[in-house]
Amino acid sequence: MSKFEALTGNAAVSNAMRQINPDVVAAYPITPQTDTVQTFSEFVADGLVDTEFVTVESEHSAMSACVGASAAGARVMTATSANGLALMWEIIYIAASNRCPIVMSLVNRALSAPINIHCDHSDVMGMRDSGWIILMSENGQEAYDNIIQAIRIGEHPDVLLPVAVCQDGFITSHSLERVELFEDGEVQDFVGTHEPQWPLLDVEDPKTYGPLDFYDYYYEHKRQQVEAMEKAHGVIREVTQEFNDRFGREYGLFEAYRMDDAEVAVIAANSTAGTAKTAVDNLRDQGLKAGLLKLRVFRPFPGQELAEALRGVSAVAVMDRAISFGSMDNAGPLFSEVVSALTLNDVHVPIADYVYGLGGRDIRPGEIENVYQEAFQMAENGKVERRVRYLGVRE
Amino acid sequence: MTEMKGWKEIPIGGMILDAGNSEAYNTGDWRAFRPVPGEAECTNCMLCWLNCPDSSILVDAENEEMTGFDLKHCKGCGICAAVCPVNAGVIRRAEGEVEKDDPRLCIRMVEEGKFQEVGNE
Amino acid sequence: MVTKLTPKELAKKEERLAPGHRLCAGCGAAIVVRQMLAAIDEPVVLANATGCLEVATTIYPYSSWRVPWIHNAFENAASTMSGVEAAYRSMVRQGKLEEKDVKFIAYGGDGGTYDIGIQALSGAVERGHQFLYVCYDNGAYMNTGIQRSSATPFGAHTTTSPAGKVIPGKQQFRKDLTKVMAAHDIPYVAQAAPSKWRDLMQKTRKAVNCGGPAFMNVLASCNRGWRHETDETIEVTQLAVDSCFWPLYEVENGEWSLTYKPRKKVPVKKWLERQGRFSHLFRDENRHMIDEMQEEVDRRWEKLLERCGEG
Ligand SMILES: Cc1ncc(C[n+]2csc(CCOP(=O)(O)OP(=O)(O)O)c2C)c(N)n1
Ligand code: SF4
Ligand code: SF4
Ligand code: SF4
Ligand SMILES: [Mg+2]
Repeated sequence: MSKFEALTGNAAVSNAMRQINPDVVAAYPITPQTDTVQTFSEFVADGLVDTEFVTVESEHSAMSACVGASAAGARVMTATSANGLALMWEIIYIAASNRCPIVMSLVNRALSAPINIHCDHSDVMGMRDSGWIILMSENGQEAYDNIIQAIRIGEHPDVLLPVAVCQDGFITSHSLERVELFEDGEVQDFVGTHEPQWPLLDVEDPKTYGPLDFYDYYYEHKRQQVEAMEKAHGVIREVTQEFNDRFGREYGLFEAYRMDDAEVAVIAANSTAGTAKTAVDNLRDQGLKAGLLKLRVFRPFPGQELAEALRGVSAVAVMDRAISFGSMDNAGPLFSEVVSALTLNDVHVPIADYVYGLGGRDIRPGEIENVYQEAFQMAENGKVERRVRYLGVRE
Repeated sequence: MTEMKGWKEIPIGGMILDAGNSEAYNTGDWRAFRPVPGEAECTNCMLCWLNCPDSSILVDAENEEMTGFDLKHCKGCGICAAVCPVNAGVIRRAEGEVEKDDPRLCIRMVEEGKFQEVGNE
Repeated sequence: MVTKLTPKELAKKEERLAPGHRLCAGCGAAIVVRQMLAAIDEPVVLANATGCLEVATTIYPYSSWRVPWIHNAFENAASTMSGVEAAYRSMVRQGKLEEKDVKFIAYGGDGGTYDIGIQALSGAVERGHQFLYVCYDNGAYMNTGIQRSSATPFGAHTTTSPAGKVIPGKQQFRKDLTKVMAAHDIPYVAQAAPSKWRDLMQKTRKAVNCGGPAFMNVLASCNRGWRHETDETIEVTQLAVDSCFWPLYEVENGEWSLTYKPRKKVPVKKWLERQGRFSHLFRDENRHMIDEMQEEVDRRWEKLLERCGEG
């Protein structure tokens, strides 16, 4: 029997980690992720897990130790935020390239400078080309559910890629919500045991990890990573389906909220999707056909599925919690992805980007309702007034 | 491993599963000087083996004998000759300068060109 | 049965570093690795920082390592190894892996150790991982073309401390990393050189059996960077030892002891004059630097003697 507990998003993740019982965790404190590893170290101290907790001296070393442990043959987890992720950068790429199925809880926080501890998505957006699978979570429950699935996805023999599971710093990481925790045994059963195919620790069969790879083979190794990402697409569906069946959930690559007859759609990720649902409900009460696409899988990007889900709407608004400085119109990174997905799949519809919530700036349902109102206008006029808006910034 | 393999044919992640396979790679052609056994009798002290950077001193483990040089890999650095105690003895006893390719030595370093000339490689 | 530390016995063992690697002819790093690995009878798992040793031994699709080996990046051999070792401990404790008395060793060059990797190293030994970190010190960033590191000797010409008209080579004395590591109060710290192979091998054995983190700083000549003939590697290395530029000592559970004392201390000049990287110091206007270096070497040597109770 599962049980419900009042937990913060971080505590929900710590509990998932406890139930997964990874062989090695290497992590370093940083707000707003810190109490994930704090809570987890209590589990270690109390003997509730078998994990070796490597209390590294930096995030660079955290990811380095994760790569070492994963290559060794261990099931490995970590957690970080913003500057911590940035310090890991070099090894983020190496983890993916060395095909280490590390699972990371990434509690999204704005990157410096100026230094800020609150939520935006500038941290995760920077790792979008690194070769990691990236899952987004609206709340603590989803973070918990995603972490459990991430183990299976990353370790799948057709994939073998690291997975980052995101949730919004403070907004969900620190707010108490009612979280359903499955039985330890059920989680263990779902994640199964890790069966490394090429463990470095097999001293009878020595292997070389991380050689110097020139122009004659480097490219082939990159091509393999493409294949893994492509396979991940199917594996995510499979694992998600199994998870849904077992635990009574309805996850997909994204969630289509009241999209069936929607005239306009907003696309959002993480906690803002929750706020947007309130906005959708309000608008629906007024008889307006508003819908929401909540992104769950950001990498591999489900472009085609997303385009299909949007085929038929008359306008799209993308909500971006980050700016891709210097990109066309200085839009957010999600916008470019969605625009490409629509264009390449022949869905031609007015689309605008709404950058919001940087450095933890609040976003209220009213503001999102305004976004919808503008979307309805775009739908009516059949054209885009202003392609990128920065919501809530003072002029 | 000379043919170029496609991405489906090689292990993922840049892993090399055939550890130690550099043995198939020829570094012997880097050599400008070749170690060659000379007249002085080898004592099989194995100091040359211990100091060769290229694992290129051949050893007969059973008979505890130094049996020669792995010319496929030896880069001709001359360290074996430099550390050979028998060489040191020859040099100490000799009157005047002893060239590195002096036939009286235990390990001589002979210019590689001399072998190529007679097609000896 | 432990193999006796005689070249004859050791030569019977299986070679752990295969030939066909692409280190330069006469490279000291290869000698250091071969001697050390020959000294260990137990299974080993290696990590290697980016640098000459790593690059030249694993040019895809070739690898010279007949033992498990991992390269991650330049500055993180220690943290990578801490992950490997943690994985081992965890999995053995859980019964997922058979215990085999595996020896974990991380190799890094002086750049990867004294400079960019010092934080990861300090952290890993403080955490008490059971591994040996070996710095093969060739006194510069050789792999990228001989740039200065904090291990580069005073006065040396490197490509970023060139012997110019106004500034004659490196202006700083080298960092004494061995002492920095001794200050971590870990079970075993040693300084060694392949010209004293038995000493190097004994230290290696002590290090991997000390029951905790160990650090060894091993001088590894680079004939390209130091500019000497390829066959002079061992001789030039021994001059560094005999001049007391590179004293051989160990710190075992806090006890300092000299493991080799030159019968007659050789003037540093004798070591310098054998290497092209110091040739500019022999010009009249720069000779004072040789004296300065001698003074500094003497000062450090005297201090060391004191610490080792030989004062
Ligand atoms: C983060 C990072 N910075 C710089 C480099 C470039 N780099 C590679 S090896 C190297 C120098 C290595 O020097 P050292 O550690 O002394 O080893 P050596 O090559 O001398 O054996 C440098 C600067 C790198 N690979 N990674
Ligand atoms: S010349 Fe150098 S590489 Fe060749 S056998 Fe002698 S020591 Fe080894
Ligand atoms: S060093 Fe000289 S004497 Fe000793 S084994 Fe080698 S060749 Fe023979
Ligand atoms: S450059 Fe120096 S350290 Fe690098 S392989 Fe050559 S001799 Fe060895
Ligand atoms: Mg160096």
